[in-house]
Order: sequence, then structure tokens, then C-alpha cells
Amino acid sequence: MTTKILLALILSGTIGAIAGYLGSLMLSKRMALMGGALGHLTLPGVALALLYDFDVSLGATLFLAFGVLIIWLLEQKTRLHLEALTAVVFSASLATAFLFLPKEEIDIALLGDVSQISPLTVLVTVIISMLLFFTVKKIYASMVLASISSDLAQTSGVNLKLNNALYLICIAVTVALGVRIVGGLMTAALLAIPACTAKNISSNLSQYTIISTIAGGLACILGVIAYAISDVPAGPLIIIASALLFLISVFKQQKG
Amino acid sequence: MVNENAVLTVSKLQIAYEGDRIISDLSFTVKKRDILIILGPNGAGKTTLLRALQNLLPYQGSVSWNAQKISYLPPQEFLQRQNLPPLNIEEFYAFKTSDSNAIKSMIVDVGLDESLLNHQFSELSTGQFQRMLIGWALLDNPDVLILDEPTSGIDIGGEETIYSLLHKFWKNQNLTILLVTHDLNIVWEYATQVICLNKQQMCMGKPDEVLTPEQLKTLYGTGIKFYKHQHR
Repeated sequence: MTTKILLALILSGTIGAIAGYLGSLMLSKRMALMGGALGHLTLPGVALALLYDFDVSLGATLFLAFGVLIIWLLEQKTRLHLEALTAVVFSASLATAFLFLPKEEIDIALLGDVSQISPLTVLVTVIISMLLFFTVKKIYASMVLASISSDLAQTSGVNLKLNNALYLICIAVTVALGVRIVGGLMTAALLAIPACTAKNISSNLSQYTIISTIAGGLACILGVIAYAISDVPAGPLIIIASALLFLISVFKQQKG
Repeated sequence: MVNENAVLTVSKLQIAYEGDRIISDLSFTVKKRDILIILGPNGAGKTTLLRALQNLLPYQGSVSWNAQKISYLPPQEFLQRQNLPPLNIEEFYAFKTSDSNAIKSMIVDVGLDESLLNHQFSELSTGQFQRMLIGWALLDNPDVLILDEPTSGIDIGGEETIYSLLHKFWKNQNLTILLVTHDLNIVWEYATQVICLNKQQMCMGKPDEVLTPEQLKTLYGTGIKFYKHQHR
């Protein structure tokens, strides 16, 4: 196994696991497609990063921060749902990206690329993922309670505004990390499929979160192994691996 | 003058939503161990009042609590029971306490089988779900319990058991209850105080004293049948 593949495995496995963990919360908020919308939102940033040769996750983060700020402002100004506003902002962003995305870089922007990963990138990703894990763990119970009833959560002492802000930031950062491995088109799958897999085969919340985290990490590892063998881009292979795990969970559920 | 026995003092409360006045000029006091029932037709502002009392809505006037812990149960139809992660009842209770013995004894106290702790939200009947919620609300020993239509969607037999359950907790614990209901029978049977609300305060006092046939006619319009229990 080459060092490059090993680095890709660690990076993708870590991002997959944190996306699976966070995604388990997003299923409960019926926000499964939000991750995809935010993925599209990153594309102008990814395009700029490829054009001027800086880190794609950095470019993605800048545009996500900008996009999330706009969504948040619109949410304060209008009475529209977060999901609806995201749809407005992400499609505008996606269209903008194609104005200046270099043709030869389109594959990388849309499908991701794990062929050129440095040890420093892996280290930074692992540290950010650990921070994400602790933040999501901290807000998890409150967000589940809020998805049952925001009144119930607030009267139980949950600071809903703070939790929602932290939740959005976690989603944005996870998407920015995910864009590197699966591209801007498929981040929804990274967040949503492991949670669906876990929901099929778990009977309580703790099983569900653990299985979703493992399914996310495992799909990325399997995808990168398939990439090493086949040389097809890792992004689609990761999502296919994740979809296969989901199919297995469907049959496992039917047996049970 | 501050009433030391008061749990809640509301003064000149006004609530508006997008320019529409929903409640105007409402003042009342709730004493310790009161069972206050808020009565009124649909759209009278009952739910709005309960939410404002807990700072869930902006309001004008003053709301002053003298309570350590307040528990609130919104109407059951406002709670999401589907499309949730596979949360079981024990995990839901664990949001409030890590004491598994307290969880087990509470589920039995609300008249449910301990085995239901392993069930998910969607697997409980409407009546079981409401009992489970009452247990959840009481798990951290509140001094005040606020309930909004706790028996909506529950049949008459189940409704009676929900209220007798609440009455049992009220008797055994040092509990003050604020309750919204449409059911006049419940008012006669359990309320120590009643507020008639239709955007503004129509009456306030002991049910026997304020719920006259004329008052009910004013509150609900014509056609309401007046029936008063005599056993309390």
C-alpha cells in the first residue's frame, strides 16, 4: 500500500465517520438534503481554490460561511423555512460556480479528489473532526428534543438559537471537509446515507448513532480501497459503497 | 402588594401577533397548589397565553413566577412522533435524569408497564404516549406543571384516567397545575380556580362562583348545555 493511499484512507475514513455521526442528527431534523445543498454552495469556493491553487476545503469554507450567513439573515428577515432558503441560495451559488470553474477542473470540483493528500491535511482534518465530534455530542440530545418540539426543548432549558447556530456550523464544516473527497455534488450522500442505513437496523438512539458513524467511515474506506484498485475517482465509489451498505441494511431489516 | 403564597402573578398582559391583538389586559394570580383551568373557545388565546407565560412569545405587561421548576407539555398534536431517530422511551427520559431507578419507578407511577421503556415513540398509543409525557414532565420534580389540552385525541375513558392520574400527582406532590381544556366536567371536578378567556379575561375565580350559565353563554355563544356536578 502506498503512503498516498494510506493518507487517503485515514482522511476519508475520518470525514466519513464524522459525516455519519452528524448525519444521524440531520435525518431527525428532516434535513437530509441540506448537506447536498450546502455542498453545492461550496462550489464557487472550490472553483476559486482550483483556479488560484489553494486548499479546496478552505475555499469551500469561505463560501459556506458566506452562504450560511446569507441564509441566516434571510431566515431572520422572512418566515421561510431554513431548508427552503437554502434551496434558493444554493442554486444561485451553483450557477455562479460554473461562470468561472475551469473546464479541466470540473471533475475534481464535482466528484472530489483524494490523489494528492499531504500528511498536514490529514492531521488538520483529524483535529477538526475531533472538534466536530465533541460539539455534535454536546448538542445531540438538545437537538433531538427540539426535533420533537421546540417548545419542549426551550422550556427544558435548551438555548435553541445557540444550538441551531452550532448545528449549522458543524454541518458547514463537515461539508467543507467532505467536498475534498466526494466533490460538491455528493455531500448529501455522505451525510444522509449512513443515517438511513443505521435507522433500518437499530432499535434505540445509541445503537443508531454508533452504526451511522461506523457506516459512514466504512463506506469511505471501502470506496478508497476500490479507487486504489480501479483508478475510478474515489467520490462516486464512496457513495456506491455507502449505498451498498444501505441495501444490506434493508435486507437485514426485512429479516428482523 | 406581593402575595407570598403566589406562584404566578400576571399583570396587564397583552399579546399581539403581527399587529393582531390576541390577548389584552389580562391580570391574575395563581397560588401554590392551585389547579387553574383556562377555559375558552377555539382561538380565544389559551395556547398563546400558556406560551407567553413561559417566555416562548413576546408580550407586554408583567409575568412573575415564584417557582423553582416549571414543566410544560404542549398539545400532543404539536409534538413530532414520526420521522425521528429511533429514540426509545428510556432514552427520552434519560434526557432529564441519569437515575435509571427514578425512570423505572416513574413509568410505573403513570400506570405504564416497565417494558414500554424499550419502545419507540411511534409504538405507543395516544393514551400511553400522553401518560408517558406526563411522567417525563414530572421526572425532575417540578413545582408547576403546565398542560395544554392533555386529553386531545384520547377517548372518554382514557381522558378520565389521564385526569385522575394528574389529580393523584397533585395530591401526593406539592404541585401547582395550570391546564387548558374544553371540558367543563373537568373544571367542575378538579379546578380550584378558573379563568374564562376570550381574547380578554371574561371571568376569574372559583368554578362554583364564576361559571354561571350566563357567563358560559357569553364565553361560548348560545347553545351550550349547562351541566354542573353536585358531588364537590
